Amino acid sequence: MTAVLWGVCAVWLLPVLGLLVSSFRPAPDVSASGWWTVAVHPAFTLANYRQVLADQHMGQSFLNSVLITVPATVIPILVAAYAAYAFAWMEFPGRRALFALVVALLVVPLQTTFIPVLRLFTALGLTGTFAGLWLAHTGYGLPFAVFLLRNFIGALPRDLFDAAAIDGASPLAAFFRLALPLSLPALASLAIFQFLWVWNDLLVALIYLGGQPSVAPMTVTISNLVNSLGGGWHLLTAAAFVSMALPLVVFFGLQRYFVRGILTGAVKG
Amino acid sequence: MNRLLLAALVIVAAPAASAAYIVGAEAVLSRLSLRGQRAVRPWVWAGPALGFLAAFLVYPALSTLVLSVRDGGGRQWIGLANYRVVLTDPDTRTAVWNNLLWLAGFTGVTVGLGLAVAALADRARYEAAARAIVFLPMALSFTAAGVIWKFIYEFRPTGAPQIGVLNAVLAATVPHFQPRAWLVAPPANTLFLIAAGVWIWTGFCTVVLSAALKGVPADLTDAARVDGAGEARVFWSVVLPTIAPTVAIVAATMVITSLKVFDVVYVMTNGNFGTEVIANRMYKEMFTFQHFGRAGALAVLLLMATAPFMLATVRRLRAEEAAR
Repeated sequence: MTAVLWGVCAVWLLPVLGLLVSSFRPAPDVSASGWWTVAVHPAFTLANYRQVLADQHMGQSFLNSVLITVPATVIPILVAAYAAYAFAWMEFPGRRALFALVVALLVVPLQTTFIPVLRLFTALGLTGTFAGLWLAHTGYGLPFAVFLLRNFIGALPRDLFDAAAIDGASPLAAFFRLALPLSLPALASLAIFQFLWVWNDLLVALIYLGGQPSVAPMTVTISNLVNSLGGGWHLLTAAAFVSMALPLVVFFGLQRYFVRGILTGAVKG
Repeated sequence: MNRLLLAALVIVAAPAASAAYIVGAEAVLSRLSLRGQRAVRPWVWAGPALGFLAAFLVYPALSTLVLSVRDGGGRQWIGLANYRVVLTDPDTRTAVWNNLLWLAGFTGVTVGLGLAVAALADRARYEAAARAIVFLPMALSFTAAGVIWKFIYEFRPTGAPQIGVLNAVLAATVPHFQPRAWLVAPPANTLFLIAAGVWIWTGFCTVVLSAALKGVPADLTDAARVDGAGEARVFWSVVLPTIAPTVAIVAATMVITSLKVFDVVYVMTNGNFGTEVIANRMYKEMFTFQHFGRAGALAVLLLMATAPFMLATVRRLRAEEAAR
């Protein structure tokens, strides 16, 4: 039984191993022999990475991905935290109905929104800009973010907020000194999810950026390389690995929060 | 260098601007009377989120609904004509069939294999390591996964050394094997795309189902063992029924994923060779054919197909919250 388990694990690791090994092999070797032959004829080079970062726009795309992902992670989380705080600890007409609506929006597939939003962006001159993408990812990330944070902030003890109010703390202070620090575990899960989701996104970037190389994130650049390079596997594998580097660091460093996020239902609509 | 500066600026400015909003708004609020503050404050805090949701989800979804009953340019009302075209067009038909193939194959294998790995890992040493390995592809982009799997399926004519793992392994093990271009011949090529999808998503099922397995009370399984049930019997008759609600939710999530699948197909075949799926077809209607009416109809079909499963998932999540 254990053998079956480790067999599955081997099958799961093999594809990544093949990619990693190929990205370090000299170009002629990659197209002339299978990557597993390095076991008998080891030959490695950094040339593929040098070429991919310099000639194939990957260096710039990496920066673009950072420029897109950081604001598109921070903004929705803060905006969601404000709303979650209001939904959890403030009284206002329509509170329950509005929160139910937010949750119901989890149902809407992103595809349903593309055409109208694209038209809106065209009218506002936001197509092909990072700002447009930040706004779109904020909108798309909010239903889950508000849902998760409102449940977390709402579960904090009421006495805490009452005591703070009696001590004269403003709602602003209570938010930044109590609600936000105490929600750190939920914020961490959320941040990892939103980060990975935006970093790995291809569809939303394709639609709103329109495939211009100067603003393209790595996912878009790689999918273009697949078409233009065809069999240029030494470059494709290196490009793919560059795009995987940061998610792998996040995965190995913060796996605990990642898993916790999944268990609280982090599935994108 | 300029871009690096911009990057640094943006990384500082995004949180600063978001925080400045609420601090500034509270400063304005503090000039109101106490009653005024109480009435306005919730809207100041919830307002931005509600605005974003209205602009990026509520309004666009309704607008798409309207578009789907208009002509290509969105000018004239044409009833259900787009739906008729979309449902009878041969390319879209292929897409619908392939999505059904995805639904059955992808959901079945990810949930089945995910459950098997979770159950096996539950009693193995190095359990965490095994789960982490299967879970790893979840952190990668489907674009990168598409590159990885295209490389595995790479084909060289007979006689040339095969550099794709699949052809190489089969050539080494099966006598008289002729190497094949796996991604070209339907309907098997969709199955090869599904294999890539399974590689990505099985870890998700494993992680959720592992947590469910840990929650099965030991008294329950111990009692069954005392009654003389074997391990297989304990699993099928005691453990599986206990975690059935979680299995259902995981399956629903996989169904939604399979219906909306896009990246893997776009990167590996772009829907050619009979591998088209609905989401990729919609992308083509939008950008290649510029027919927003049909693209809208496809989006609405996607919404109708996924909504019941998503509603079930949301209901479960809310019930869990209420039970806490």
